[in-house]
Amino acid sequence: MVMKAAADKNSILAPGEMLQSPAAPPSVTHDLSENVILTTVDDLYNWCRLSSLFPMLYGTACCFIEFAALIGSRFDFDRFGLLPRASPRQADLIITAGTVTMKMAPALVRLYEQMADPKYVIAMGACTITGGMFSMDSPSAVRGVDKLIPVDVYIPGCPPRPEAIIDAIIKLRKKVATESMQDRAYTMQTHRFYQRAHKLKPVPPILTGKYLQMGTHSSPPKELMESMGMPVPSALAEKTAHEETN
Amino acid sequence: MNQGIDLQGSFIRAMVDLGFSPGVAKTLWLPLPMGVILVAATVSIFVTVWLERKISAAAQQRIGPEYAGPLGTLQAAADGIKLIFKEDITPAKADPWLFTLGPAIVVIPVFLSFLIVPFGQNMVITDIGVGIFLWIALSSIAPIGLLMAGYSSNNKYSLLGGLRAAAQSISYEIPMALAVLAVVLMSNSLSTIDIVNQQSGYGILGWNIWRQPAGFLIFWIAALAECERLPFDLPEAEEELVAGYQTEYTGMKFGLFYVGSYVNLVLSALIVSILYLGGWEFPVSVTWISGLLGISETTPWLQVITAAIGIMMTVFKAYALVFIAILLRWTVPRVRIDQLLDFGWKFLLPVSLVNLLLTAALKLTFPVAFGG
Ligand code: SF4
Repeated sequence: MVMKAAADKNSILAPGEMLQSPAAPPSVTHDLSENVILTTVDDLYNWCRLSSLFPMLYGTACCFIEFAALIGSRFDFDRFGLLPRASPRQADLIITAGTVTMKMAPALVRLYEQMADPKYVIAMGACTITGGMFSMDSPSAVRGVDKLIPVDVYIPGCPPRPEAIIDAIIKLRKKVATESMQDRAYTMQTHRFYQRAHKLKPVPPILTGKYLQMGTHSSPPKELMESMGMPVPSALAEKTAHEETN
Repeated sequence: MNQGIDLQGSFIRAMVDLGFSPGVAKTLWLPLPMGVILVAATVSIFVTVWLERKISAAAQQRIGPEYAGPLGTLQAAADGIKLIFKEDITPAKADPWLFTLGPAIVVIPVFLSFLIVPFGQNMVITDIGVGIFLWIALSSIAPIGLLMAGYSSNNKYSLLGGLRAAAQSISYEIPMALAVLAVVLMSNSLSTIDIVNQQSGYGILGWNIWRQPAGFLIFWIAALAECERLPFDLPEAEEELVAGYQTEYTGMKFGLFYVGSYVNLVLSALIVSILYLGGWEFPVSVTWISGLLGISETTPWLQVITAAIGIMMTVFKAYALVFIAILLRWTVPRVRIDQLLDFGWKFLLPVSLVNLLLTAALKLTFPVAFGG
């Protein structure tokens, strides 16, 4: 998706410079898909994708409360065919609901990369657009998730109302509807960075009962016993004396 | 006994009249019922997914799928096509062979089990003598696939989900088989056709549910556990295990699990309706009505009507049970894994054993009512 700079003088690009990520799809494939059969197939394919955008259950802060309201009966995003999935592998859409911190950033990128193409991102709330109210002085907030993952639709608001999310979903549906099957080769992700093997290794049991069998659990501390006038067991007295000398 | 409509016989006779040898005619016939059942099972997925989403929406005062086709009926089709075209990821360090085989092993036995589901006296792909036993045997293949999927994903949640699925299937298979055994004891046959015939003749009063109320409940609970439906959906418990053994599956491989679980639900409902709800029998015996009206049982139009009613009754009973299963799913909380295993081994197993012994005793005492 690289375009030749327009030759006119008003262009902000230097002569010969390429524009990355233009606002319109590349025109060659676009002309190709003017073909009747291809457009019909494209329409069917796009309709299927836009009718079943499975969002991932992802919420890191207060915005998720509004997102949760959207799942419930009052706003009901199942009307648009959105079925929340807990696993990123089966999700098509990630709505970043809530502040993303530096510590959460690698996890977010990893989740995004685990999703299968084609995938979409909606940045929800001021926090995920610019850092929101944390953009002034926070040492840890990420100033906008678009620094980490490519965002398709932004929803301003702190938090945005559920209607705003529905609006964003409708806008995303429109965006999906304009895509073409032939662009898949361009938009597919080529490199995935966060892939790692889980190391399933045995660990020794932690509930062995030894903790409860310790001497301090069967008799009170030495000082307490002395003050109560109880005889101090010789083993305990020796042990404390030994510990004190250490 | 009313022989009912015999499509196979008529087809073979027509082909022989056209000049084919009986062997060729039989070969030409064989793929037809298989194709019809395959298509019917596939359509049942779309119907069940739509029912699930609409009923769950109604249970939560929502609307459910609205914009994909009229009343959201095309939602499952959209989901399916989308899943086919989605990228297929095999996770790093996963075992590619087991990872691919897993979903296939889960789905194939479910579709194979439709071999023995009868929709009428002669409307079954094959009436083998060990019918219901074949179903029990096939249903115990699925957990191997689930375990494979869980083990090969190289993911701890998948592994736990797969292990849970295997433990659950194994512990609920035993009460289920014992409940089936009690029914088999009464009908003296493992064939699904014989089981339904044994319940026929008295309309709704002759159905096994009156003679086997405990067996019916045990079988239904165990069937829900085998299908991993909600009171027992521990293998994919979202809050604990992300998505259980499906966690690492994308695209159509995940779709296969989805297909398998819904077809399995419909299949279990069909089997319950055959074992306990009189299969294709109408609540009022059709033979009795035709006798009352003085119409011969062999009248061709009556046979066609009986066959149509039979198919409709089987499907209707199965979907009534699917409806109950969906309502259960959206109203009951999930049990814990220890509660699940306790319930299976310490309650269902003894109760089903007592039920079996009681059936045997009643059969000896009242051979008329309990199939001597
Ligand atoms: S945008 Fe506002 S409501 Fe949303 S996560 Fe940030 S602070 Fe919370």
